Amino acid sequence: MISLFARLELGPIFRALMRNKIGALLIALQIALTLTIMVNAIFMMQERSQQMARPSGVDEANTFYLSNTIFAQNYNTQTSMQQDLQRIRQIPGVVAATQINAIPLSGGGWSMSLQTKAGDDVEGTGAAVYMVDEQGIAALGVELIAGDNFHNSDIGWRDVGSTKWPPKALISKALAEAMFEGNWKTALGKTVYIDNHQPVQITGIINTLQAPWNGWNGVERSMLVPQQLDGRGSRYFIRTEPGRRDELMPVIEKMLAETDRGRIIRNVTSMEQTRDKSYQEHQATNTILLTVIIVLTLITGFGIVGLAMFSINRRTRQIGTRRALGASQWQVMRYFMLENLLISTAGVVLGTAGAIALNIWLVSTFSMSPLSPVLLLIGVVALLIVGQLAVSYPALVASKISPATATRGRA
Amino acid sequence: MFSYYLKLAYLSCKRTWGMTLLMICAIGLGIGASMTTITVNYLMSANPIPHKSEQLYYVQMDSWEPNKTYNDNGDAPEQLTYRDGTYLWQAQKAKRQSIQTGMAAVIEPADKEVLPFMVQGRANSADFFPMFDVPFLYGSGWDHQADLKKERVIVINAELNERLFGGKDSTGQSVRMAGEDYKITGVIARWNPKPKFYDITTGAFNNVEEVFVPFSLITEQKFNRSGNTNCWKPTESGFQAFLDSECIWLQLWVELPTEQDKADYLSFMNAYAKEQHQYGRFARTDNNKLRDVMQWLENQQVVSDDASMMMAMSLMFLLVCLLNTVGLLLAKFLGKATEIGVRQALGASRNDLFIQHLIESGCIGLAGGLLGLVLALLGLEAIKVMYGDWIRDLAQLDFTLVAVAMGLAIVSALLAGLYPTWRACQVQPSVQLKSQ
Repeated sequence: MISLFARLELGPIFRALMRNKIGALLIALQIALTLTIMVNAIFMMQERSQQMARPSGVDEANTFYLSNTIFAQNYNTQTSMQQDLQRIRQIPGVVAATQINAIPLSGGGWSMSLQTKAGDDVEGTGAAVYMVDEQGIAALGVELIAGDNFHNSDIGWRDVGSTKWPPKALISKALAEAMFEGNWKTALGKTVYIDNHQPVQITGIINTLQAPWNGWNGVERSMLVPQQLDGRGSRYFIRTEPGRRDELMPVIEKMLAETDRGRIIRNVTSMEQTRDKSYQEHQATNTILLTVIIVLTLITGFGIVGLAMFSINRRTRQIGTRRALGASQWQVMRYFMLENLLISTAGVVLGTAGAIALNIWLVSTFSMSPLSPVLLLIGVVALLIVGQLAVSYPALVASKISPATATRGRA
Repeated sequence: MFSYYLKLAYLSCKRTWGMTLLMICAIGLGIGASMTTITVNYLMSANPIPHKSEQLYYVQMDSWEPNKTYNDNGDAPEQLTYRDGTYLWQAQKAKRQSIQTGMAAVIEPADKEVLPFMVQGRANSADFFPMFDVPFLYGSGWDHQADLKKERVIVINAELNERLFGGKDSTGQSVRMAGEDYKITGVIARWNPKPKFYDITTGAFNNVEEVFVPFSLITEQKFNRSGNTNCWKPTESGFQAFLDSECIWLQLWVELPTEQDKADYLSFMNAYAKEQHQYGRFARTDNNKLRDVMQWLENQQVVSDDASMMMAMSLMFLLVCLLNTVGLLLAKFLGKATEIGVRQALGASRNDLFIQHLIESGCIGLAGGLLGLVLALLGLEAIKVMYGDWIRDLAQLDFTLVAVAMGLAIVSALLAGLYPTWRACQVQPSVQLKSQ
């Protein structure tokens, strides 16, 4: 160990560093701060990416929806909605269509609390409510993993302001797990209570269907109920054959607008657009963080290059002398690489402390989760490599200094 | 002397152009990033109604369920039930009071060629307009009587007036909305307070509504309410049952000019809560709140976590850029040791040298600051593209911000230059001259 220490000239490098403390300290501090920012920024990006990667359960590539707002007076809303759905379903290329009260990931919707026992003071589990008809499952493209779909006879009309719930529901696996101690299979056929007292039987379980609110910690908990809203505003959710969505969106919009002038068809939106909008801020924040990390690393890297070039310029004669006394080009190069490694190591040690401190602050102020040690380790290694890469060019320049420089005067 | 130092700075920068460029870029990037995030934070936390924000109070009454508070921290709910809101409004105990909720309806233009369209609106009481100093282009709001008589009156915004009446004075004319005729009493001028403090329940940076109608019309059920509705107690079916329910969905603002008025109003609220407690409502009678505009925005955390986190990050980023600059300036000035030695030998005092090098640092800071401004403008444009519409008005540089940016750039460059300059002035002329 000691002989390795001597062979690598760590002693002389260290003593030389001590003579130019400030320069080394500045680089070390830069590396420390870069590590602090980098690790936390990557961590924030990871958290967002994981959220964005969760599947909504909907066949996003082939689905879209639109709003139907009725303004004409004396309007039969029920007949017109049934006619609308029939017409949409007859269009070639349409797989399924349903009326729905809310859209997954859209930010606006309806939630209710479900209880395994009836009563006013019973703790419940919150769930997003989607009101659909028997084509609901097919239109959303969700997967039924147990039980049965609704039948046409299950579907009832719900008046605006009504608080009555139908006797059947399909619930998501996550909701079943939350209500039945992690065992979703036992939920099938059970009766739960909505609005404290109204019994609802779970007649089926769907694999995944996200709630309208992507930031809600219960986003995976949702339920489908066999109801159609009878009102002057409604939404149709439509699924097309693969690849035909963009072609059919304007066709259906036009068809609906032209068959009935007593209403407005608006907000014709694909699920992909909804997802993009839902995660727009996440996406933007991640882009900014990535830019910050890249620019920061570049600045630190160039700073190392600049300072190393300067120190080599100042030591030209010294290096020439070393070469004249028999040091190989490689030994000169190694000297500067090792010098940088020493400084960088000091930097990353300080930076590790900084990264943890910043993380503690972020956790307490913004309710983020704690940093993973693996990420920190990756950051440390990455910065050491950046340091070595940055110093390799100046070190190469240094190694090219001719031994003859020692004998010449300073130019 | 100053111009001579400028010339020296120019020559020195030219000689080590690579390093100089690196320093300018570092300062520029640091300033650009900081200014971008500072701008967004500054505008998010701006006072939207500075001259009377301390007289306007948001009313919170804790009507929530007995066993659980609405917020985890125990704070009262963000909105009111219909019965509490209308009681407080009808009592007219404050100088002014505005009861309100969001609404939406379809407008059918008189010109049958123009397709009907949807508007976002607000159902509010008469005091809304004088209370929030809403600027009018034509006409004015309606009066308290119109509220009580449920008159079909409407205030529209300038854009809608442009669309329906070609921008002419439309007061007295009528608009067909949700199947009924509404008489226009006024057209508001362009007004878009950010944050949209008077209703942040569906987003603090939304645009101002297109139409305003009396809140009392809500009971007629002609148009739809919009906004959040939260209920904790099961209710019967039907609209009247909904109005009588424990669902919270409306907001009430009161104008209370003095501290005494505020104290009186709060005790009025608490007395009402105690009275309701006797009827079996209001499990917590003393958890009612009056918060002024800035306290309310603070309480609702309208400055998003992302924005504050980004600002913290970008300030640390600026710090890295400055450390970088200190290192490079140090290298640069020490590299000039010989020149400094010669200048000292020729009679320049330490003071002269100090000023000379500070001017050089200042110039680099100025250049970096200018670059930073350009980058901040680009950064704000990028933010508008990436975050979408709602951030548009929050990503604009004003004169103060430009001044802050330049100040920040020059001060940071001078600070960064101080130590290297001091070191440069410590050069011993004899040593330098001898080594020649």
